[in-house]
Amino acid sequence: MSLHSAGKGKLLAVIGDEDTCVGFLLGGVGEINKHRHSNFMVVDKNTAVGEIEETFKRFIKRDDIDIILINQNIAEMIRHVIDSHTQPIPSVLEIPSKDHPYDASKDSILRRAKGMFNPEDIH
Amino acid sequence: MSGKEKLAIFPSRGAQMLMKSRLAGAQKGHGLLKKKADALQMRFRMILGKIIETKTLMGEVMKEAAFSLAEAKFATGDFNQVVLQNVTKAQIKIRSKKDNVAGVNLPVFESYQDGTDTYELAGLARGGQQLSKLKKNYQKAVTLLVELASLQTSFVTLDEVIKITNRRVNAIEHVIIPRIERTLQYIISELDELEREEFYRLKKIQDKKKQAKAKAEARRLEMRALGTDDRDVANMLDEGDDDILF
Repeated sequence: MSLHSAGKGKLLAVIGDEDTCVGFLLGGVGEINKHRHSNFMVVDKNTAVGEIEETFKRFIKRDDIDIILINQNIAEMIRHVIDSHTQPIPSVLEIPSKDHPYDASKDSILRRAKGMFNPEDIH
Repeated sequence: MSGKEKLAIFPSRGAQMLMKSRLAGAQKGHGLLKKKADALQMRFRMILGKIIETKTLMGEVMKEAAFSLAEAKFATGDFNQVVLQNVTKAQIKIRSKKDNVAGVNLPVFESYQDGTDTYELAGLARGGQQLSKLKKNYQKAVTLLVELASLQTSFVTLDEVIKITNRRVNAIEHVIIPRIERTLQYIISELDELEREEFYRLKKIQDKKKQAKAKAEARRLEMRALGTDDRDVANMLDEGDDDILF
């Protein structure tokens, strides 16, 4: 399995509020590597936008991360960075957070898909 | 302008054959690419439908997961910091495989369990049931999200590839094929022109020959009328045998 890097297990990264992170960590996605870098980031109301951007960019650069989960309200803060990330891997998934309902029309992927299907499908 | 309209090629039969085969090749390629674009488009629509379906499902699963987190917190008390501080190794990891659609590699993610649960003993004192339910819910959410991620990655990749393929189809249809056709037409018209020229020249030569013949005939008749018969006058020098050496 370690012969080729594609077969090696990749990680999920989480950027989200405390509850989202705790939930996914309990689900078992959390990892701290030997450089003491975690693959999750807890965002609270005191976190600067620049810091989130920094973390997001770092996650994109790491090659052991395949999927980045990000709360939609946080994704909204760094929308320009997310939109400029056009590579298929790592794929960025926007997830609803506890206190922000999911709004499909804000999703970068679904926005790209807009116009290809009729609006009532999006809800 | 002229370089855009047709290929720079010398009009000849050989060039015409070459152009004909190139036209056939371009048409074949156009058909094949069109088929590929259609296959990709079909897959693309399918994935799009699935994404929308999974996204709505995700909303529900996440809601349930968040609710069970609240339940667990109520039963156990706040454990956020404990969890955040005790991260070591990931239990859920992602494997990626490749799926091939019409020559396009689409990554497919797959989650699998690796190693033991770090939070095995969490909730030992109280709220164990809620915590295990919470873990299960979030694991379910992760599985769903991984699925969604692979759909989304396929979506992005396919989108790109479809754009490229369509660009190629249009380029062949609107640039390459017309250009080859124009070149062919140019070659044909040029060849026709050459043929007409040749025909005219042949006619002209025939005409000249006829004139020359008539003139000679007239002169002969005239000479005969004057009394110098040139019909069977044997040449004195002609001995009737050919030179052997030369």
